[in-house]
Amino acid sequence: MTKKRARLLQGNEAVVEGAIAAGLTFFAGYPITPSTEIAELCAAKLPAIGGKFIQMEDEIASMAAVCGASLAGMKAMTATSGPGFSLKQENLGFAVKGELPCVVVNVQRVGPSTGMPTSASQGDVMQARWGSHGDHEMVALSPSSVQEAFTLAVESFNIAEEYRTPVILLMDEMIGHLREKVVLPEKEELVIRNREKPNMTPEQYKPFAMDHGEIAGVPPLAAYGDGFKFHVTGLTHGEDGFPTNNPAIAEKQLKRLNEKISSNKKALTRVEKFYMDDAEVVVFAYGGTARSARKAVKDARAQGIKAGMLRAITIWPFAEDALLEVKRNSPKAVIVPEMNLGQLVLPVKRVIGDSAPVIPINKIAGQLVEPEEILLAIKEAM
Amino acid sequence: MALSLDKYLRMSKLPHIWCPGCGHGIVTQAIVRAIDELGLDTDKTVVVSGIGCSARAPGYLHFDTLHTTHGRAIAFATGIKMAKPELNVIIITGDGDAAAIGGNHLIHAARRNLDLTVICFDNNIYGMTSGQYSPLTPQGSYATTSPYGMLEKPFDLCNLVMGAGGTFAARSTTYHARQLTNVIKEAISHKGFAFVDALSQCPTYFGRRNKLRTPLDMMNWFKDRSVPLRAWSKMSPEEQEGKFPVGVLTKTQAPELTEVYAQLVEKLQQRGED
Ligand SMILES: Cc1ncc(C[n+]2csc(CCOP(=O)(O)OP(=O)(O)O)c2C)c(N)n1
Repeated sequence: MTKKRARLLQGNEAVVEGAIAAGLTFFAGYPITPSTEIAELCAAKLPAIGGKFIQMEDEIASMAAVCGASLAGMKAMTATSGPGFSLKQENLGFAVKGELPCVVVNVQRVGPSTGMPTSASQGDVMQARWGSHGDHEMVALSPSSVQEAFTLAVESFNIAEEYRTPVILLMDEMIGHLREKVVLPEKEELVIRNREKPNMTPEQYKPFAMDHGEIAGVPPLAAYGDGFKFHVTGLTHGEDGFPTNNPAIAEKQLKRLNEKISSNKKALTRVEKFYMDDAEVVVFAYGGTARSARKAVKDARAQGIKAGMLRAITIWPFAEDALLEVKRNSPKAVIVPEMNLGQLVLPVKRVIGDSAPVIPINKIAGQLVEPEEILLAIKEAM
Repeated sequence: MALSLDKYLRMSKLPHIWCPGCGHGIVTQAIVRAIDELGLDTDKTVVVSGIGCSARAPGYLHFDTLHTTHGRAIAFATGIKMAKPELNVIIITGDGDAAAIGGNHLIHAARRNLDLTVICFDNNIYGMTSGQYSPLTPQGSYATTSPYGMLEKPFDLCNLVMGAGGTFAARSTTYHARQLTNVIKEAISHKGFAFVDALSQCPTYFGRRNKLRTPLDMMNWFKDRSVPLRAWSKMSPEEQEGKFPVGVLTKTQAPELTEVYAQLVEKLQQRGED
């Protein structure tokens, strides 16, 4: 059975397969390299399964349409890259504030600006966290293989639905365009989560209630057209969804909005530990770069060097607890390879402190971080 | 017969935030009357707005309502309508919202012929931010950012929508409250993209700077410059100068996007069954 479902897929294609398996019914997008295959595949597949696809006039409109579709009850997604991701930020903030489940795929390319459109990068790690204005939490997942592009697409939807929040699937061009074998799971093997619907009358329904909901701080979400007649605004609002200037109410709501993610960090944060049990040198890696790190760690072990990799699967929330564990083991060094100028070095240092040197390895012009470079850094640290 | 429109309003959210003499309440009332006269299902009607004084109207209306980001209401609404074509989707926008920051969404929605109704509360000024010029501010008029008079030429939004392939465009004013209700009714009933340019007075930020101090001055200004469509077509370009036509300017039929999409889905699913 599973044999039949083995496919040779590109990362971008696996995202679409995963999204559809998770229940994707709406896609709005605007073409941009290296994410375009996601839109193209959605255009081909969605109408055939009764889903909706629309190519909007720009990325601002795509993000807006996704928000609208989410409110109409759809599982909605958009996909883009650097310049388009920047354009989406205002309406991404709207999705945060309106608590609209949706998935935003960003297949990162080299920036700033138009940069190097076909070259891999991890330069949007901080934009994913802080690209939209104001205090907010963000969930971002970063796959390291085509198989994981599939599973994290499913996972992104599950988190979005469960926590009523946008989720960023933070890919890089390396994974987006990589082709490798994927085993597509059967429907029964997948856990699919759907947003909680209100089980009260429209009169009782508070779309931004402080204390309803199965998960603390995550109120149920009605769909437009279901008779609830509710209001959603980007203005700071009370439990009923209407604007307020009352600082006490505003503060309560803003805290709930942030804490529904921050207080569930443990449940949300995912890492992979590779040879970490006795690791004396730790490589902290994510996305495409983690592939080189894995090879370097294997090679180091083959040479008798106790190296390990801590791979961040969720970039945000940040893998703080796993790094605290690393700190307790007092490693000789923590090596942080990234395809950017070291965007995660400071967050790592914040946790590791003075307990070990934090050594960045950075590539910014589309070249990959080679396993040999990481291996060399591991050896130097020993 | 005293007609109560209360059931369409969120009475607990009133009074509204608009200034005394503002025309936005008149346009809102015309929308509510149109919805009432058409007997729309209030559970299946969604009102979406962008940002501005006009954009606050949905907060007072008892439907599913969405107050989005500046200029983007049509794009949000596109997602709603595509997702659930059975919903009546009405968009409330301002002239800055629709023609400046949201201009691109307006022309593309017109081109797509998606069944949306856009009502532009056109006070030819940025009301919410206290009186900067908009793309609808008449040439020579004063605004806080045109202290020496507006240098640029304004848009004619109905012409813009028609040029983009819009299948319905109408204009009316708060002076013509009855006609305004009627054109909104026709716009909502129209299958396809419908645009209504609803001129609304802003005595506070436009009138005061432009020798139209009172709401009455402003409504008379609408009356004096507006020309019924039939008369308009007989006027020479010189006579038309400084005036504008009111009424339904265009109404044609063309395939509507959600219907075309549904046909595609059906075709693909039949193919799948073969
Ligand atoms: C992205 C963005 N830019 C600017 C603003 C500030 N802003 C709020 S309302 C507005 C103008 C609204 O004017 P209009 O659309 O004509 O509506 P009115 O207030 O006159 O009804 C502006 C510029 C904003 N909220 N968002």
